[in-house]
Amino acid sequence: MKVLVPIKRVIDANIKVRVKADNSGVETQNVKMAMNPFCEIAVEAAVRMKEAGTAEEVIVVSVGPSTSQETLRTGLAMGADRAILVETDEQLEPLSVAKVLKAIVEKEGPGLVILGKQAIDGDNNQTGQMLAALLGWSQGTFVSKIEGSGDSLTVTREVDAGLASVEIKTPAVLTVDLRLNEPRYASLPNIMKAKKKPLDTMTAGDLGVDMTPRVKVVKVSEPPAREAGIKVADVAELVDKLRNEAKVIS
Amino acid sequence: MSTLVVAEHNNAELASATFSAVAAANAISGDTDILVAGSGCAAVAEAAAKIPGVGKVLVADAPEYEHDIAENVAPLLVKLAANYSHVVAAASTFGKNVMPRAAALLDVQQISDIIGVESDDTFVRPIYAGNAIATVQSTDSVKLVTVRTTAFEPVAAEGGSAATEAVDGTGDAGLSTFKGAEVTESERPELTTAKVVISGGRGMKAGENFAMLESVADKLGAAVGASRAAVDAGYVTNDFQVGQTGKVVAPDLYIAVGISGAIQHLAGMKDSKIIACINNDEEAPIFQVADYGLVADLFDAVPALDKELG
Repeated sequence: MKVLVPIKRVIDANIKVRVKADNSGVETQNVKMAMNPFCEIAVEAAVRMKEAGTAEEVIVVSVGPSTSQETLRTGLAMGADRAILVETDEQLEPLSVAKVLKAIVEKEGPGLVILGKQAIDGDNNQTGQMLAALLGWSQGTFVSKIEGSGDSLTVTREVDAGLASVEIKTPAVLTVDLRLNEPRYASLPNIMKAKKKPLDTMTAGDLGVDMTPRVKVVKVSEPPAREAGIKVADVAELVDKLRNEAKVIS
Repeated sequence: MSTLVVAEHNNAELASATFSAVAAANAISGDTDILVAGSGCAAVAEAAAKIPGVGKVLVADAPEYEHDIAENVAPLLVKLAANYSHVVAAASTFGKNVMPRAAALLDVQQISDIIGVESDDTFVRPIYAGNAIATVQSTDSVKLVTVRTTAFEPVAAEGGSAATEAVDGTGDAGLSTFKGAEVTESERPELTTAKVVISGGRGMKAGENFAMLESVADKLGAAVGASRAAVDAGYVTNDFQVGQTGKVVAPDLYIAVGISGAIQHLAGMKDSKIIACINNDEEAPIFQVADYGLVADLFDAVPALDKELG
């Protein structure tokens, strides 16, 4: 079985983003970029399947600008076998990305597609569900455990009330949550090896997908800032302030 | 122009998130219907019909909708969307699971997690963990929207008498089967709607130490939450997690205990009216957003707080 892992290049999770002065978006020039943390968990899950012998090949794919090659190389260094970059400079929307991924799935024929549950830039949480819909496949979203292999998998989903267990038919799309695994760091030898692994490049146009955005970004602004508060000396003062100043407890 | 709200429920009662979703729908079009898809869900439909201002309640009562399987619910939304300009659901794990599947089948780019309605096609939503706020305009003919429930004051539960109308099920897609759930049972208020939330982080050091927070919570009528670090460490289960990718809360009072205040955690609680924190590291970023900060060892301060509250 092939496993396809779509990954996204985003601003590093530890960087505080800054809104551009013209309110057109956030500053991405000269900002440290990295693989979306949820995508790292997806790559790790796929690589572990290969190590366990349930997957034969792990393919990482990214949709985005040419610089996404670096992110794909990171995926290769983590243990993916080859990479595909679908190059586009359009604003990325989950629906158009899902259409690109559908075309890749039809070319490659994976038995499983594993994605992060959301990217930490747009915080949309849509792409996996949309891909599953377009393929007519089952979806296991927000997954913290994957059991079984073959015709069906049992996945544990993190939901608002706790955990839900669902049996899903394969082929399937999985979106992964934080607790599924701890992604490995790529070792230096593996980073060197990754440079020699195959990376194919194509465009969304080659795949016949129209990437024209459906959503117009009117403006991007700073969130309202919280005013700095005060330090209290002890618990008694804290309770007094909460009770008599803020009036939030009785 | 009219809006269909996809109700969230457990076949017995409406989830509180639905009342906020209806509030958002009312802000969009003012002509709001509710869909209750479930199995043996007549009581939920009755409750939905009592929400003031609702046009009608569509009830799809069929076995394939018992467990919110997205592969089964999405085709129903696709069928019904033809009659509406907007389809709205809460941005809960239920809404996040089913809405994008329906959106893709409709060839619509969904708008996720809105916190404001500018017009019938323009919405406000946080991006980058709430470190930027985007105003976006949809060009799709039908709009699929999920709603951040803390941003919309829930509508009243009683006072209306909408008509109910049965709709046919769309069948079992035969793709996924519900096997079971592990639900955290608690007598405390629900995390996302509680007026007071007390959350613990990595500084709690062990799961059993959350008993200290529970004792304070019971005196304040509060819900207990946690940071990702505390959940990853196994101190509490995932349903406690507050943050960018967990639950978003905006109580009157949020008390952060032993939480450093990573941006991913702040994303889930910084809209709280009052934030208090207890942390022994006075450099911790949580102090930059806290109205009242106490630099102290939580293992001294929390029992003292418990005592102070009587």
